[in-house]
Amino acid sequence: MSTASELKRLYLKGKNRKILAILSIFLVLLIIIVISVSLGAGSPRFNEAIQVILSKLFPFLGFDPGPQITQTIIFEIRLPRVVLAVIAGAGLAASGVAMQGVLKNPLVSPYILGISSGAGFGAALAIALGIGVVTQYGGYIVVANAFVFSILAMLMVYGIARLRGVTPESVILAGVAVGYLFSAMLSLIQFIAPEHAAVRAVVFWLLGGLSTATWESILIVLPIVLVAMALIMRHSWDMNVMSLGEEVAMSIGVNSKQVIVMCMALATLVTASIVSFTGVIGFICLVSPHISRMMIGSDHRFLLPCSIVLGACLLLCADTLARLVLMPSEVPVGIVTALIGVPFFLYLLLSRRRQFWH
Amino acid sequence: MKLVINKLSFHYNGFPALKDVELEVSLGEVLSIVGPNGSGKTTLLKCINRILKPKHNTVLIDGKDTGEIGLRELSKMMGYVPQNSTSTFPFTVFDIVLMGRRPYIHWSLSERDKEIVAEILRFLGIDKLAMRHFDELSGGEQQKVIIARALAQQPQILLLDEPTSNLDIKHQLEILCILRGLAQSKHCSVIVAMHDLNLASRFSDRMLILKQGRIFAVGTPESVLTEENIESVYGVKSQVTNSVLDRPQVTPLGSVANGVENSKIASEITSKHK
Repeated sequence: MSTASELKRLYLKGKNRKILAILSIFLVLLIIIVISVSLGAGSPRFNEAIQVILSKLFPFLGFDPGPQITQTIIFEIRLPRVVLAVIAGAGLAASGVAMQGVLKNPLVSPYILGISSGAGFGAALAIALGIGVVTQYGGYIVVANAFVFSILAMLMVYGIARLRGVTPESVILAGVAVGYLFSAMLSLIQFIAPEHAAVRAVVFWLLGGLSTATWESILIVLPIVLVAMALIMRHSWDMNVMSLGEEVAMSIGVNSKQVIVMCMALATLVTASIVSFTGVIGFICLVSPHISRMMIGSDHRFLLPCSIVLGACLLLCADTLARLVLMPSEVPVGIVTALIGVPFFLYLLLSRRRQFWH
Repeated sequence: MKLVINKLSFHYNGFPALKDVELEVSLGEVLSIVGPNGSGKTTLLKCINRILKPKHNTVLIDGKDTGEIGLRELSKMMGYVPQNSTSTFPFTVFDIVLMGRRPYIHWSLSERDKEIVAEILRFLGIDKLAMRHFDELSGGEQQKVIIARALAQQPQILLLDEPTSNLDIKHQLEILCILRGLAQSKHCSVIVAMHDLNLASRFSDRMLILKQGRIFAVGTPESVLTEENIESVYGVKSQVTNSVLDRPQVTPLGSVANGVENSKIASEITSKHK
């Protein structure tokens, strides 16, 4: 017979192990950030880059900021891109956890639920046909279109799901249907697009990329992602309880339907705001929660932060490689995430004894 | 805490499942609900727990309408153990039982929460399994974990839907002894839907027979389990004897509907034993 204090000690040990794992990944993320900022086309080398950043962060230490060109490359080109990659990776991973958690399905991602098809259709409308929901703000026509149409896709999913009660099954089925609808309309646009170049631009957008990152786009995305992630975190316990089924959740005082609607709305908002700036980067949503679950288990209180830092790491790694492998040209980041993510994911899946879909 | 059910009726899209159910359950009592498949046992449990939403003022706790009590408050009063329990994602036993504390916690756990969980795990004799994964356990162990989870809510009314139907006889007895013990030591009212008439007779203070959504009989096992009642509810001829434990014991002999063939077998069996 183990005593109560022994059980509590065991539980604490497990909890500390999870926190340690999250902190380690966070540390790795910081290291990757530094490495990523100091690599790339242009002159600044590793130590120069570090110096520039330190001089800006801690001006009182008296580091030499270096020539103007170095500063510009670091602060206007590389850093925004790195920061956007971190935010996008974190946000996509959080929305992946939320969607998989409330829909109780490990295969769910914005790809499946029509959000990315909506964004793709919106972007294509603007790029190929010049039709936009806003017309005044030049550079934001594509962004605004992608955002509005991905939200619209999710509203359609919700509207259809509501007809037969908001359950995980109805949301997923409605998501698949709406996704197909928007993909079909996207193909139609590419088919009827007047110029060949426009079609190519649409394809390029769909592959996703962070090359257009600016501080301005970060200022728009960051608050949305931070607030939505915090609100998703608040539902951690609810998502835990919901994995025991809707009826049991209800008997523990959790209204599954409300949590599904709330978390799906938040996850959609995060995904839509990111994807409209970066194009469709879907793989992080799917794979980051899985890797995290294999590492620290399914308790959403720990799974969410773990997945968030891991998602940031993965996307930043992928984007850094995307910039570097074919320098000076670039590989679309969506291709890189899949190329490095799939083998890594399969390795973890096969090397682990337990999986959760047995 | 007193549970009163008052003229409870329930329809699934116009298909009646419960009709005018009236019942009072007092503290520390084990009440078993029996009846054929589709007679409304599960529906009754779900109506009591407001997983299904019956009309107002049909289910009352201490005179208060459960429809007026919030889900969260209600979950501190009642625990529910469903027929089948699964977990979509892998959780440890400790984590699952901890989920029963959800009504009491907002974000962080108190020492008290962990103590309660540890205490319940020991009470059910599953403290050794605390750090194992739920889906690695046997059916009997899983059932205990799910009961532990419901107990972590510290309910005064515990509802269970066929908690023993997938278990071997050892685990059946263990689970039902635990439920008896709960009713006595913690003054919990235990309401349990069952198929096994003999187990129900052995472990309940009172039994309730449902037939097509209506209460057919309610009372002590001796008063409810009669050969006539069983024939008219289940359509099965049976012999009710007194078991070694001094409880009525039902031996089913044959189905009435199947006519001559079955009744012939039945009469052969009975004549042998007379």
